Amino acid sequence: MMESGGKGSLERLFWGAGSIVVVAYALIPVAWIISLSLKRTADLSDQRFLPSVVSFENYGVVFHDPQFPPALWNSMSIAGLSTLIAVLLAMFVAYAVVRLEFPGRRLIMAAALAIAMFPPVSIIGPLFNLWRSVGLYDTWAGLILPYITFALPLAIWVLAAFFRQIPWDLEKAARVDGATPLQAFARVIVPLAAPGVFTASILVFIFAWNDFLFAITLTSSNDARTVPAAIAFFTGSSRFEQPTGAIAAASVVVTVPIILLVLMFQRRIVAGLTAGAVKG
Amino acid sequence: MSRGSIAERRLAWLLCAPAVMAMLVVTAYPMVYALWLSLFRYDLRFPGERHFVGLANYASVLGSEVWWQALFNTLLITAGSVVVELVLGLAFALVMHRAFFGRVAVRTALLVPYGIITVVAAMSWRFAFDPTTGFVDALLGLERAWLAERWSAFFVIIQTEIWKTTPFMALLLLAGLTLVPVDLLRAARVDGANAVQRFFKITLPLMKPVMLVALLFRTLDAFRVFDTVFVQTRGAQGTETVSIVGYDALITRLNLGLGSAVSVLIFVCVVAIAVLYIKGFGIDFTRREER
Repeated sequence: MMESGGKGSLERLFWGAGSIVVVAYALIPVAWIISLSLKRTADLSDQRFLPSVVSFENYGVVFHDPQFPPALWNSMSIAGLSTLIAVLLAMFVAYAVVRLEFPGRRLIMAAALAIAMFPPVSIIGPLFNLWRSVGLYDTWAGLILPYITFALPLAIWVLAAFFRQIPWDLEKAARVDGATPLQAFARVIVPLAAPGVFTASILVFIFAWNDFLFAITLTSSNDARTVPAAIAFFTGSSRFEQPTGAIAAASVVVTVPIILLVLMFQRRIVAGLTAGAVKG
Repeated sequence: MSRGSIAERRLAWLLCAPAVMAMLVVTAYPMVYALWLSLFRYDLRFPGERHFVGLANYASVLGSEVWWQALFNTLLITAGSVVVELVLGLAFALVMHRAFFGRVAVRTALLVPYGIITVVAAMSWRFAFDPTTGFVDALLGLERAWLAERWSAFFVIIQTEIWKTTPFMALLLLAGLTLVPVDLLRAARVDGANAVQRFFKITLPLMKPVMLVALLFRTLDAFRVFDTVFVQTRGAQGTETVSIVGYDALITRLNLGLGSAVSVLIFVCVVAIAVLYIKGFGIDFTRREER
């Protein structure tokens, strides 16, 4: 009894210490960028982890920058619209794959899988050329289209995994009561499927919000340039001075909302991330 | 065939059509177009001089030092990050699985790197390792310009990748861990197996399918590494990856012919990695589509 109790508390200590290490490892770079963003320009090179004087001057610089506010608006709109469309299309596919019997079911899931593995860098040249000739270059639609495509596999797999757990008999009951398949889908299944749809939406939004390669390839101006591209190409007021503080402030501005989103919906995100890989 | 099943098929195809169209228009068509472009000498700065050159672009890419160096760099970053991520991810998953208190805190904290924009993560680490702004040198008592030398630059790049993507690995592996039946572990304990034996003989083999899927996706993801390298070195100090080479040829130098040949070669590499995993390790995706 005594012995097992002692061993238990030692084990507790071990895993508890492990938890602290993991949390620290995950949070240090975030704390660091926040701290940098709060330093005064003069203190940027003091090599200290925390700011000696807290100042919001970098945030002032960022919001008066000619590029950052439009980029923020572009990012929110483009990621939002991509999420809306991708999840809608993925819902249709997931429903068909889970509920309907048709040849090509497996082919569609295999195609989604293939696209999840597809290297985006392989198509940036053709897309760049195509978009310039059809007028999609440097537009919202020009980014939304590739985002939808590359988000679809994730959305389809997550939604299919969630849809498989829905009590579909309810749908049958609605059909018996005279609803068409489409009505049954809209009135009965959509409310039941909402948690899965929500999860897929968060994951797709994070994906679109994060993209850098398409953003720097298919845009050239404030018309459609998104935040990651704006941050990477931040020039600052003088070309001789690296705008470290401004970059840090811009980074914090785009990181905080995502962190809040992630913290609020962490259970759903974890469920969504693991849905495709673990349960069949 | 009954009318019902014809209607069902029609509905199914109708539902799938928009998604399939999007996937075809944005990936399959450009890929075929890239294949076609790669057979031409085609520079956007001199569009009039476009002409068919057969496989000459491939010959010049495969004959260049730049490509092989970039391929080596990419494989180094891929192997370095994926191996460490697997070990760390497994450790993190065990911590989450076993920690009596703080389990929620760990899971929450791990989602932060997952949610952060890669460019922001790369910036944060770049500033951290910077000799004038950073805290790393001060902490270690060094005066080192990490990103100005090849191997230390690789270290910073790989460690950024590890930080950003280990959470994904850890969460997948945690899901795998919860699939291991507790009764089995208890029985093994009664039979005298110690913790290490239980882990290697029971837990690990049962987690293998989940682990392979996680590994496959992370390997392919790491092979496409672009954002981190672009932000931290932009390919300087001999840290160019294949994605950077492709981007530079296509977008910076507007050489669509040569760049497309690089694109096609990257695609071939990705297919090779996927085939290697699926055939070599026997990942069975079809099983998971059945209910």
